[in-house]
Order: sequence, then structure tokens, then C-alpha cells
Amino acid sequence: MQKVTSELLVKKASELLENGTVTRVLGWKKGEFSYDLTPAVFESGEELIKDFVFSDFSGANFSKYLIKETKKADGKVLVFLKPCDSYSFNQLLTEHRFDREKVYAIGIPCEGMADVDKIKKNVGDGIIDIISDGDRIVVKTLYDGDKEIAADDVKAERCIVCKSKKCVAYDELLGDNGEVIDSERFDEVEKLEKMTDDERFAFWQNELSRCIRCNACRDVCPACTCEKCVFDNPKSGVENKAISDSFEEKMFHIIRAFHVAGRCTDCGECSRVCPQGIPLHLLNRKFIKDINEFYGEYQAGAEIGSRAPLVNYTLDDIEPVDAVKKGEADNA
Amino acid sequence: MRKCKTDALDAVFAEIAKSSLLYIPTDTEKGAEYKKWSDGMKMSNALNTVRSPKDFFFPQTEDLMEFKVNGKEIEVIDTRSEKEDFVVFGVRACDVKSFEILDRVFLIDPCDSYYANRREHSTIVSVACTRPVETCFCQTFGIDAAAPEGDVSCWKTDSEVYFKANTPKGEALLAKLEGITVDADDKDVTAQQEKTREIMKKLPLAELSADKFGAGKTEEFFNAPEWDELSESCLGCGTCTFVCPTCQCYDIKDYNTGHGVIRFRCWDSCMYSDFTKMAHGNPRLTQKERFRQRFMHKLVYYPSNNDGLFSCVGCGRCLAKCPISMNIVKVMKTIGKSE
Ligand code: SF4
Ligand code: SF4
Ligand code: SF4
Ligand code: SF4
Repeated sequence: MQKVTSELLVKKASELLENGTVTRVLGWKKGEFSYDLTPAVFESGEELIKDFVFSDFSGANFSKYLIKETKKADGKVLVFLKPCDSYSFNQLLTEHRFDREKVYAIGIPCEGMADVDKIKKNVGDGIIDIISDGDRIVVKTLYDGDKEIAADDVKAERCIVCKSKKCVAYDELLGDNGEVIDSERFDEVEKLEKMTDDERFAFWQNELSRCIRCNACRDVCPACTCEKCVFDNPKSGVENKAISDSFEEKMFHIIRAFHVAGRCTDCGECSRVCPQGIPLHLLNRKFIKDINEFYGEYQAGAEIGSRAPLVNYTLDDIEPVDAVKKGEADNA
Repeated sequence: MRKCKTDALDAVFAEIAKSSLLYIPTDTEKGAEYKKWSDGMKMSNALNTVRSPKDFFFPQTEDLMEFKVNGKEIEVIDTRSEKEDFVVFGVRACDVKSFEILDRVFLIDPCDSYYANRREHSTIVSVACTRPVETCFCQTFGIDAAAPEGDVSCWKTDSEVYFKANTPKGEALLAKLEGITVDADDKDVTAQQEKTREIMKKLPLAELSADKFGAGKTEEFFNAPEWDELSESCLGCGTCTFVCPTCQCYDIKDYNTGHGVIRFRCWDSCMYSDFTKMAHGNPRLTQKERFRQRFMHKLVYYPSNNDGLFSCVGCGRCLAKCPISMNIVKVMKTIGKSE
């Protein structure tokens, strides 16, 4: 369960609206069920009281919305940043994607988000309510009454391997700041590295052949902020809505992974939104892991203005031939 | 009505597969999917398959024709292949209804022969729902989950499976199963239906009504102020349109093979910035207009052109899959509120 409550955030946001610090608030809006919160813009205390929710389902990362929101009107917009959101926030600032002056950011602690698909897998279908209670979650169901499960059992993958509880960007912080975590997020990547070429190819073939090219992964990604994506531009020659099970999807994903390499903060939004359940984070994490190993530890978004290894050059940089050797060694 | 024991279902599948291709929904790690039946495959009890069965008739990508260039000659090659007969077994009431909605688009004059070809070769066996979930709202559109349509309707009870043919195609299919099934009365089916209908009344979305929408309501809703807030955080990803069993838009494109052209079509989405692109661009300039199009089409335009029939079947896929959890239910509840 989250330690900061909706009430506290509503109170904070209402104060900032009232004293004129901000003119609108980005927040999670109540849905039909307890798990379907929608990112929304709130403009008054009444709206906030009625619909603002911060819960285990407030996974949506608002950083990318700031690009649009800061251009829309004068005055500042209030954004709540969970630790992982704050990395995206910094990365966007590094890339000059929005005007920092038009944002008031409050860093909030996060205890990890729940994955509703895991809840459904655990307790079955027909969920009418989900109530967090400490480290337990009570799920009210249509057919089997109330079911209690451990919050840890239904945590989102990205939160199980959370890389940092530290808010790296804020104007104001609620509660104490956390620490960067020595997480196990590369374990899955290591498993993939240990596979033979054929096994790995089969793994990705199986995953990516399910892709329906809806582009939700790209559209939600805070690192994907091109004004016009090549895949949407009929003049680019690579724009293609067709899917073909052999090549197309792999190319799309590999190109995208290269494009966000060094800029992807590992926020996990791409995997969260994929309607086909494709573990896209594994592609990005492979790049992050390689970059760490080749150029030294680097975390995109940890600070504003840092020079990412792939767009930087130092005399100590690894020689391409050594990178190839390492790849061969991994496969041996 | 005919019936067989539940454990005879494998024999039913084997019998059907003798004379035609057979597809059933089966559980995978990432949810239920229609798969070509093979010996030992178990039918999923899930309500929705992840991808809707519209794929069978309107695949995401298909070649329409080819052009071969030979000097000054251009040869036009018809790439249509005659379909084999196939049976889709286990389609839910909402999804069965979606075929009627697609038919009204693709089979009217001029008839889409690619789609028609597949429809003609298919036999649909539906299966009644007994455990509807919170995202189901088929009843909003007058669909009875306990009495699904299709060439054959089927009901699964604890120990038995009941079959009822609704069309000549369905009768032909049941005739093939005569050795496995026996005559049955509808007592158990009626009891199950009553139970399911009681559950339907208690679903969270049971009260959702589409009455205020329908044919001719364009003026009433087109300029509603709520479209702004509803579309505010829409990513324009089109996931909702791709998972939807009734979304039917497509694009036709040419692929240059170097010595000719393959003309293909693929799903398109009104949520996309390059949808219906004309010389001057997309007529819907902002995401708000694109978003509005999707829901106005389902709730107003389609009914206007199709005797009042809505083009949402309440399957709930968009509720489960939209990255921002925005969906047709929220739209129906919110739009026109301030009036
Ligand atoms: S969100 Fe998933 S299905 Fe959609 S394009 Fe990305 S990987 Fe493919
Ligand atoms: S690629 Fe995925 S994990 Fe990386 S920044 Fe984009 S959405 Fe986040
Ligand atoms: S409504 Fe949801 S699924 Fe549809 S385009 Fe918008 S964000 Fe994507
Ligand atoms: S709009 Fe949503 S609920 Fe309606 S048929 Fe399409 S996917 Fe199903």
C-alpha cells in the first residue's frame, strides 16, 4: 500500500491551486473499477476531491504529458513524480523537451505498483473492488467472495526490480527521499544472454510475432518524443502499418530500442501498456546493461544534462573489436 | 437440441477436424488465443480471447493483388485463394454479434469479396457465458450472453455440452456429430440461462444504457464539451481499435518488390495521425477529433447507417487494454453530462 495518501496529495494540490502557484494539476483520475485510473488534468479543488486517486494503480508516468501540457496554457502545472517518473522528467529536460519554469514538481515516495493482470491470475475473474491494507490486498470478487493476497505477489515486474526509491527531480519532496537500489533487474537479461543464438532468436520470435503494431509502447515512452515518428510518416519509406510475422515487427522494435538506447530510463511503461504482454523492457535493459559494462555505470535521467555514453567520446572508450569479442564470449 | 458428455468434447473436435479446419480458443501464458486445433488441445474457459475473432474474416494484413511489370506490359495477378472450409468453435455472444456488424460493412454492395470468401467458408459455433466479469456489458446492446447466436449455439454445463443448430450450415455440422451426440431436452440449458441472466443483473455495468445515443444524434453530441477532458490523455495508439471486434477501418497500400507491386491492405485506426490522409493532410487535426470519431462512429454514425444497430458489442476488450484506461464506458457515462 502507498504511504502517501490521496487525501494528502489532494490537500497539497488544492493549496497550490489556491495560492496561485499552479493553475492545473496532472493526476490519476478515478475509474469505473478500482484499477482503471486515467491520467487527467484537474483545475479545481472540487475536481480533485471528487476524482483524484493515488493508489497501487497510479502507475502511469506523467513526465511525457508535460510536453503537451506546458505548451497548452500559461501558468504552472503541478506534477507528482514517483521516483522512477523523476528519471524520465530529468531525461526530458536533458533533451530540452519542456520548459522547467512552467512546472511545479512534487516528489512522492512509492511502495511499488500492483499489476492488475497478476491479480486476475491470482484470484480469478470478476473483480469488483481491490482494497490495499498494509502488505495485504483484499480483492472483492463476483463469484468467490473476498480474497486476500500478499501485495508482493501481485507487484508489477518493474517494481519488484525497482532501481531507485530516490526522487531525482522535484521542487518539493513529500516524506524522506529514498536510495538508489542495487536491484536485480538484469537477471532476466543474463538468462537471455546465456541462451544460444537459436534459443534467443526463438524467444524473441515468439514474443515479437504477437505484436500488433498498435505502437502503444512508443506512444507512452518518455524517450519517444519525436514530433513525427518515422513509422508514422508516409514519406519516410519505412512507415508501415502492415504486419508480417517474419521481419517487420522485429525491425520496428530493434530500431526503437536503438533509438532510445542511452536515453531509456527503464521506467517500464512500454511493457506495462503492451496489450500483447510483450516484455519490451528486456530489450531496453540489454542495452542498458551493455552500456554499463562497456562505458561504466550510467543511468539515464539520474541528473540533468549528463552526456550519455553513446553520444559522447572519450579516449577510454571501448574499442569496437573488444565489444565484438565480449559478445562472442557471452555466447560461448 | 443435441448433447454429449463434456469429456466427449475432444471427440467432437476430432470429428469436426476430419472435414474442415478447426479453431478453438486455448489458454496461453499471455491469455486465451484462437489456435488451430490439434489433438489434445483444451478449450479455454476465458471469456475474451486477447485478439478478437475478427482476424478470421478481416486479418490485420492481407495481399489484395499483384502487378508484374514486364517492359511495357503490366500483368495484374489475382492473389485471392479459394478458402478451405473452417469452423470457429467457442465464440462468445458479444463476438458473434460483431460478425453481423462487420457483415453490414463488408457485404453490402459493392461486396468485399475477400471478406465474403472467408465468411462463406466459415461455420461459427458459439458458446454461452456463465461467468461474466466486471468489464462485460453486452446487455447494454441487447445481446444475451446466455443465448449466443451463430450457426450452432452451445452451452456447457458441469457434465454436458448442449448444441442447437440455428442455420443450415449449423445443421450440417451437427449432422456430422450425430454419432457422438444424443437428443436432449432444454431443461438444463434453460436453468443455466436463468442463472446467468440473474448474474448479468448484478454486474457493475448492468445499469449502463445506450438509450441516449443512436441514429441521428450527431448534433446532440458532436460539440459536447466533455470530449476535451475525455480525450485529454489519449495517446493515439489505436490499441482500442485493434483489439476491438467491430473496428473495421483499413488502409490500402502498394509495396514495391523491385519488379512489380504487391497491393495489400492492413488495419488502420481513426486514432492515428495519418488516418484518411488526403492532399491537405488528416481532416481531423487533433487527437480530440480522432478520439471523438471512434466513439461517435460506434454510438451514432454506425447506427444512423444501420437501422439503429450500435457497433459496440460490450466485449470489454478496450476496457482491459487501453494504456490510459479510457474507454467507451467512460465516454458513454460522461458525454452529455453537462446538458
Ligand atoms: S505496445 Fe505491444 S503490441 Fe503494441 S506495438 Fe508495442 S510491442 Fe507491439
Ligand atoms: S523504452 Fe520503455 S522503459 Fe525505456 S523510457 Fe521508454 S517506456 Fe520507459
Ligand atoms: S483511447 Fe486508449 S487505446 Fe485508444 S488510442 Fe487512446 S490511449 Fe490508445
Ligand atoms: S468498443 Fe470496446 S467494448 Fe465495444 S466492442 Fe469494441 S473493444 Fe469491445
